[in-house]
Amino acid sequence: MMTAPSTPVDQIAILRSGSSSTAAQAFAFALRTTLLAGVALAVLVLLLIATGHDAGVALTALVRGAFGSWYAITSATLVRAVPLAFAGLAVAIAFRAGILNIGAEGQLLMGAAIAAAMASVVGSLPAPLAIVLIILAGAAAGGAWASIAALLRQKFGVLEVISTIMLNFLAQYLIGWLVRGPLQEPTRVNPQSASLPDSLHLPVMIAGTRLHVGVLLAIVLAVGAWWWLKETAGGFRLRAVGANAAAAETTGQIKVGRTELLAFVASGALAGLAGSVEFTGVTYALYDNFSPGYGFTAIAVALLARLNPIGVLATALLFGALEAGANAMQRDAGVPSVVVSVVEATLILSVVAAERWQSRAVARAESGT
Amino acid sequence: MVLSAPADRFVNTPAAGDAVLSLENITRRFGSVLALDDASLLVRAGTVHAVLGENGAGKTTLMRIAFGLLKPDAGTIRLRGQLRTIPSPAVALSLGIGMVHQHFTLVPAMTVAENVALGRHGPYDPPAASVRVQDVASRAGLSLDPDALVSALSIGAQQRCEIVKALARDVQLLILDEPTAVLAPSEAAELLRWIRRFADAGHAIVLITHKLRDALAIADDITVLRRGRTVLTAPASTTTESGLATAMLGNQTVPAANGASFRSSVATAQAVGSATTTRGAPVLIAHDVHVADGRGVERVRGATLRVHAGEIVGIAAVEGEGQHELLRVLAGRGELLSGTLKRPDVVGFVPEDRHREALLLDSSLIENVALRGAGARRGRMPWDALRDSTASIVKTYNVLTSGMQSSARTLSGGNQQKLIMGRELESAPSALVVENPTRGLDFRATAAVRDSLRSARDAGAAVVVYSSDLDEVLLLADRIYAMHNGVVTETPRDRESVGRAMLGSATTHE
Repeated sequence: MMTAPSTPVDQIAILRSGSSSTAAQAFAFALRTTLLAGVALAVLVLLLIATGHDAGVALTALVRGAFGSWYAITSATLVRAVPLAFAGLAVAIAFRAGILNIGAEGQLLMGAAIAAAMASVVGSLPAPLAIVLIILAGAAAGGAWASIAALLRQKFGVLEVISTIMLNFLAQYLIGWLVRGPLQEPTRVNPQSASLPDSLHLPVMIAGTRLHVGVLLAIVLAVGAWWWLKETAGGFRLRAVGANAAAAETTGQIKVGRTELLAFVASGALAGLAGSVEFTGVTYALYDNFSPGYGFTAIAVALLARLNPIGVLATALLFGALEAGANAMQRDAGVPSVVVSVVEATLILSVVAAERWQSRAVARAESGT
Repeated sequence: MVLSAPADRFVNTPAAGDAVLSLENITRRFGSVLALDDASLLVRAGTVHAVLGENGAGKTTLMRIAFGLLKPDAGTIRLRGQLRTIPSPAVALSLGIGMVHQHFTLVPAMTVAENVALGRHGPYDPPAASVRVQDVASRAGLSLDPDALVSALSIGAQQRCEIVKALARDVQLLILDEPTAVLAPSEAAELLRWIRRFADAGHAIVLITHKLRDALAIADDITVLRRGRTVLTAPASTTTESGLATAMLGNQTVPAANGASFRSSVATAQAVGSATTTRGAPVLIAHDVHVADGRGVERVRGATLRVHAGEIVGIAAVEGEGQHELLRVLAGRGELLSGTLKRPDVVGFVPEDRHREALLLDSSLIENVALRGAGARRGRMPWDALRDSTASIVKTYNVLTSGMQSSARTLSGGNQQKLIMGRELESAPSALVVENPTRGLDFRATAAVRDSLRSARDAGAAVVVYSSDLDEVLLLADRIYAMHNGVVTETPRDRESVGRAMLGSATTHE
């Protein structure tokens, strides 16, 4: 099936090309990363000055909030990085297959919602089994939510960019209804679900912190996804379809429609995991603003990592630190945390600009007759 | 190597013979590559000037300089005797120089008239624009509907739209870059006739091509570039096909794909009657096959044919007679509507649009080799084995590359095609289907690709070749089926019979 238009895919094609690695590429990557960090820092400082804040105080607060203490690292930065890593992997897998899944947010929310629903029915089971079931239910829900957009794309050629954005809104309002209706806590006072009993919490890894074992799962999945993409026939098929669906079908005799469907559903499942792990590991309840836009930040996380699963771990950590630092900056220096959102956006734009610039330089070097 | 104008040939056009454009001693580098090295070209009014050369000889670069797309590093440009610099295409157009690129620059969602009006200033008045396009087209003798959407036009009509776009700017000198490469033979012949008439009306045409025959058929003057240098410039009447081929390729012998020297492969290529082959058992057997295209229109309407081991079967057809769909089902890349088809499980396939259907341009050569058969592969990717087979393909098929990790995009068109041929032939498939295998390739790569098709045949493969270039079909095929309106007919291997059958005037219809 090649009904879905592919033009937006071309725009991310340049970001996908960084799969092979040589020493020269590694050096170029390090250089680019340093430059990007410099640009982001410069923008941040300019913004702080322009908005009349003391840049020194604000930056100190930002760094302290992210890395200033053991608690900041484990309970703020890492805890925020975990959902970003899951959702970032979700986006990366989809984009590698040429699927522009903008719906990680909705898939994450559905994962959390079904996890909350599952939690209310598995209370009688042994705790470890119950936790696993809750988390898997979230993955299944995310996958199922993504499959709606996947089927719309395959059957009717509906652009997944549009359908997943719409499904994000649906998921958000669905949760609004759930936490005031079927899943509302027993006292029916607050618009949120019943608190998850302590026995069903994801185990904390380091006593005295909020760091839960979800971080290990994220690392295992990232390494697994990286290995799978690189070393297995299925992973190669996914990349081939993303690189050139027509060639994958004609030359590779790959079932493009099936590969795209699988990639889309797997992507949704990873985003759903972000939701159910967050629910069982951090929030212990479902409520209106369950996700501060993790699914959207995940797009930035994936793009900055050039869609490399291992890279996603690093960029998720970076964005986790930025957001943890942004909170501290707001608290300690009175700087609105949206300033950090501007910095995040600057990073993305710089990456895209740098890629464009680089590919144009390559084109110029190659343009012969 | 002197350009002497036989003045009596142009008596009826007053300006004929006067130099319109003169590019003198042009040098241009791209990084470390010297694309043009002291190249010169003199174009006279009322003439067709063919610029010949292999891919990479500098033809397009030279004309891009004339059209203001590139600046020369050294050299001068004279227009009607006056020194000029041409900093941009806008200036070139204002000086009366137009160019039609090999890859069209049209907006598919707009009408012909809108495309022609693009880039002009002032308000856009649709009826007036339409009338104007009609006017320009009919004055030039080109049939074109100004109100048709470009996306709905055939390739030939899109090209006429490009030409009209240039003519609407009152160009006196029109540069055409490989204009016949994308056309069906009948369209190409029509275009060449038009070019001749247009020049006879007093305009100048520069025809960039690597088809010797086109150049000899209509050009007044011929300039040959080799490695950025002008190696020959002479009136067409004083040149011969073999003289031009020697000028294009130089005198050195070049190793071809299978180790035989290039000269010998040219010799084979020119010996039309290929050696009688030892034909084996039928490998591909199609009986009353019906196939629909992507939109569900039935394009193959009862095709019956057999291809035996150890033979090359040529399919001859004008554009759009169902050959595209037939080749795909023979290669196992499409579904039958009805009929029976016996074919081996694995069939090598070389589609005509290699960028779209045969390559992952941004992936490494190894991954491109890995693509074949990826659909049926299970478990781990055997990267070590794939690296070895890529190395062996690169070596055997003489693929010029900076390394197996470089992307397919970095290869020239000829080397991309050699890689594709190597990939499809590597496992010695019992059947191979190729579609326009040498389109857009230079002389040398063409010879290499043809050689590998012949060696596949000699090694016992059943080979099916379709080419929109009838000469290529005649050259390669042991047997020929002409395809017309979805039906195939076996046809004697001579130009006239095949040509008649392609156009549907043969009497034998199944």
